[in-house]
Amino acid sequence: MNVQTPENVMEVRNVETFYGPIMALRGVSIDVPKGKIVTILGANGAGKTTLMKTVSGALDPEKGTVSFLGERVDGQEPDQMVRRGLAHVPEGREVFPFLSVEENLKLGAYTRRDREIGADIEMCYQYFPILKERRAQQAGTLSGGQQQMLAIGRGLMARPKLMLLDEPSLGLSPLLVQEIFGIIRRLNEEQGVTMLLVEQNAQIALNTADYGYVLEIGRIVMANDASVLLASEDIQEFYLGGGHGTKQRDQKRWKRKKTWR
Amino acid sequence: MDALQLLIGGVANGCIYGLVALGFVLIYKASEAVNFAQGDMLMFGAFLGIAFINEDRGDLPFLLGLVAASLCLGLIAYALDRFVLRAIFGQPQFAMVVLTIALGFVLRFVAGTIWGYDPVSLETPFAGEILSLGGLTLAVADLLIILATCGLTFVLWLFFGRTRLGVAMQASSQNQMAAYYMGIPVKRVNSIVWGLSGVVSAIAGVLFAAKGAVEPSVGLLFGIKAFAAAVIGGFGSLPGALLGGLLIGVIEQFAARYAPSGYSQIAPYALMLLVLILRPGGLFAQIAQKKV
Repeated sequence: MNVQTPENVMEVRNVETFYGPIMALRGVSIDVPKGKIVTILGANGAGKTTLMKTVSGALDPEKGTVSFLGERVDGQEPDQMVRRGLAHVPEGREVFPFLSVEENLKLGAYTRRDREIGADIEMCYQYFPILKERRAQQAGTLSGGQQQMLAIGRGLMARPKLMLLDEPSLGLSPLLVQEIFGIIRRLNEEQGVTMLLVEQNAQIALNTADYGYVLEIGRIVMANDASVLLASEDIQEFYLGGGHGTKQRDQKRWKRKKTWR
Repeated sequence: MDALQLLIGGVANGCIYGLVALGFVLIYKASEAVNFAQGDMLMFGAFLGIAFINEDRGDLPFLLGLVAASLCLGLIAYALDRFVLRAIFGQPQFAMVVLTIALGFVLRFVAGTIWGYDPVSLETPFAGEILSLGGLTLAVADLLIILATCGLTFVLWLFFGRTRLGVAMQASSQNQMAAYYMGIPVKRVNSIVWGLSGVVSAIAGVLFAAKGAVEPSVGLLFGIKAFAAAVIGGFGSLPGALLGGLLIGVIEQFAARYAPSGYSQIAPYALMLLVLILRPGGLFAQIAQKKV
């Protein structure tokens, strides 16, 4: 077990994580190949955020292993994970409200000591021009979408080898969601950032990602290429809301079951 | 003239209250709990200063003794957080409250055992010296306290605004989890904040000892007044803590001069009550609504 293929930035094997007495992850295994976007879909309480926190070191798994760049990292502290090249863009943005936009970005590069930090801030401003306009403003006074952009930019500043994006669409308008995911796609293509993306918005996540996992009450129930998942009937029915058009009325919906149960 | 004289005396006292309140706020922002041993840290710093500076003890020059005392207390405070408080990391806030109250007792008895329970005062080169300026008679000690506080405030302002560690401290007090995700070693940063609070307390203690006598229980009353100062400033704001301290120092002086006797004791708390009624968040409340 645990044979490391060089293409995988991260490998998670049979991870079980608890919140006190509650078992939130019941043996999850995922791979994140280098240069790809991998998405994890699931409803509320499926364990998506728990998986992210386990991977980034904020929670320690009870069982199972996490390897990052070929080394076992489960049980490490989050700040050590950042030093290893993992950036976590947490759910709900979590910017530093009383610091300026630019200070927030600089904190993203906290673990770096090279001289290119200034150039990277400029790069962030290229992707998110609105942040340049607001560079001196307190981050807490930004709008939700701008805060999300700041959170992503801040994660980028660590020059991560893997970026965790926890629900970047949370609370944003559909137009803004399109814009943010466009930039996520561009970052992946132009900067080669490998990403692990957690989303409730299955439509946009599958359109952005290369590969997808479906998480339900702590277990992976489906795993496939994003395009295959997008076409799958189960996903259509349970995550994309129908797709059967007018026929839905004829169908006995209550009889339809998920094939993985 | 009388009023100006009182004002300067009050500001000097207020500076010390303000510095202790600053120590409160620093720790509150780092550990999200009030350190009820703050006043006792001032007392301990004062004794350390006396031990280093007084002729019959360490006999160091005043400035050198001040630096030595603050380094010592800084290290002690760092170690307290590293080895004692970190052990209850993640426990309810109440655990920390009880623990810091207990630490206060410990500091008091340790100081009593080492230095005795009789009041001692610090020998300074400027003790009892007076400066006459027009109609004003100013104690040199008061002026030095005000100057030192201004200097320290400026240094702290530069530190928090400009240095990597200072900004990281601000970040971890604003959002601990996110600070972790930035790669900031939050626990170590918190211990350093404790150390910093120790340094500030020691400076406040030495300045206090330059004005009057110190004995082991002096920190108790002082801690309560400085706590009131921090509340007035809006617990969590550094400039607020200093301002709160100044207000308390000044109002105490004026109440002692113009109000019937005894009122100067309750004046600081009356002010705190008034502030809490009019601006429940304190004068410099930092309250931000989180956007979703």
